[in-house]
Amino acid sequence: MKVSRLAVPAAVAGAAVVNFLDYAGSLYMLLVQTVACCFRPIRWRLVLYELWKIGVQSWFIVSLSCFFVGMVLAFQSAYQMKQLAAEIYIASLVSLSMVREIGPVITALIVAGRVGSAIAAELGTMKVTEQIDALQTLAVDPVHYLVVPRLLAMIVALPLLTVWADAVGILGGLMVGTMKLDIQPALYWKMTMVPLVFKDLGSGLLKSVIFAVIICVVSCFQGFRTEGGAEGVGRATTQAVVSSFILTIFADCILTALIYFAWR
Amino acid sequence: MIEIKDLSKTFEGHEVLQHLNLTLKTGETTVIIGRSGSGKSVLLKHIIGLMKPENGSVLIDGVDITKLTGPSLDELRKKFGMLFQGAALFDSMTVEENVGFPLREHTSMAEDAVRQRVQECLSLVGLANIDDLRPAELSGGMRKRVGLARALVMNPEIILYDEPTTGIDPIMADIINGLIIALRDRLKMTSVVVTHDMVSAYKVADRIAMLYNGTIVEVGTPEEIRRSRNPVVQQFINGHAAGPIQEGLPDRRVLSRWPRAFWKSTGPRKDAA
Repeated sequence: MKVSRLAVPAAVAGAAVVNFLDYAGSLYMLLVQTVACCFRPIRWRLVLYELWKIGVQSWFIVSLSCFFVGMVLAFQSAYQMKQLAAEIYIASLVSLSMVREIGPVITALIVAGRVGSAIAAELGTMKVTEQIDALQTLAVDPVHYLVVPRLLAMIVALPLLTVWADAVGILGGLMVGTMKLDIQPALYWKMTMVPLVFKDLGSGLLKSVIFAVIICVVSCFQGFRTEGGAEGVGRATTQAVVSSFILTIFADCILTALIYFAWR
Repeated sequence: MIEIKDLSKTFEGHEVLQHLNLTLKTGETTVIIGRSGSGKSVLLKHIIGLMKPENGSVLIDGVDITKLTGPSLDELRKKFGMLFQGAALFDSMTVEENVGFPLREHTSMAEDAVRQRVQECLSLVGLANIDDLRPAELSGGMRKRVGLARALVMNPEIILYDEPTTGIDPIMADIINGLIIALRDRLKMTSVVVTHDMVSAYKVADRIAMLYNGTIVEVGTPEEIRRSRNPVVQQFINGHAAGPIQEGLPDRRVLSRWPRAFWKSTGPRKDAA
């Protein structure tokens, strides 16, 4: 039988589309299940424990990273602004960039790498050692027990970390501006606050809530569908981080466009 | 009573269970034997509703568990206790928290009463003073016994054992067998044991069912199984390589030429004299 030259690429593309739709549908189903479970009694002790793991334990790495990012932003913009003799606008540039874009995205990526991978590895190990089956045999819904506390903790922790990351990033910029570029601290602070309006902080926080949902649902989903022992756990962890990164950046693009057009 | 009717399950085109029928009587211990990978654990997971079949039903006192979902499934599962092959203890919890978990989840018992019940169950399986240990600090036999204590803590009507004696030493295996018998005699629990350990099967069973090629090929008392004329049953219970069961066994022609054939394909070790 003669097979068209396009048949193989078409089959590969078709399989990829089917896999993507299956993945997206399964993620959506887990999200719906999780939201439905949020209306049942919540295990607040577990939420607090997850808040400590997600929020408190990520605090240092988020602070350090965003401090350096703020410094880098100030240095990079100084390079251009000096040519225009407009160094003072570095303060506004850093604050706006941090609050609207870099703070939420960098924080989300760090949390996806640190916490998302841990969630996928923990749930993946539970899956391959039949602990999730054990939960079910003990008449406990794994989504209600494992996903809901993580989701609630993530929705609280990520925006708080984002606000902190914004502040630390601005501080990093302020250090470069005052110590290296000789801008007066009071003037730098004034130029930091002048362009900021509620929309900037609000859009950043809205993004961080959406990113929190993405990271938690993707990581839990990858954990739940882990198969094949230690290798499977490693694969699930990698896929959780990669998928969280891609979906976070994709969602950032969509949200930025929506906020640009809809929130004027 | 547990009635399994016409149960079929397929994984990636391979029919693991094929129109399987089996009745498990209340208060009895039924042992399901069969080779590794024959679908024994899959059958057990259907009995407790962890898997959904393509066809057939599993009736628990007349209620079809395969049709239930959500809270009604959870309610029926409260009748069950299950001991997993690897015990499936929760890594993040201590022994005491593991055993007390179902009580804290499903009852409003006071904390003192929970602790007392946990101690009772741990004593029943011969463990004491290990409350604060984590599962990673326990030996294989201890893990199984903690898993058994957790399965018993809610006083289930039905208890499922997935390979209860696999991976533990013969003395500990005998202790676990003794516990299974004691639980049936003292608490009148309906027990289903999945195993390929014939010593254990003969010891604990009221009835033995042999699973082969996705169906039950023989059911009977241990004595009836010993005297069975079915060559599949005889090959399995006597542990013979020769017989009608040949799937997954090595090619005898290659085996008879080993190690010559092995050396031919891989070459002798260079450091060999």
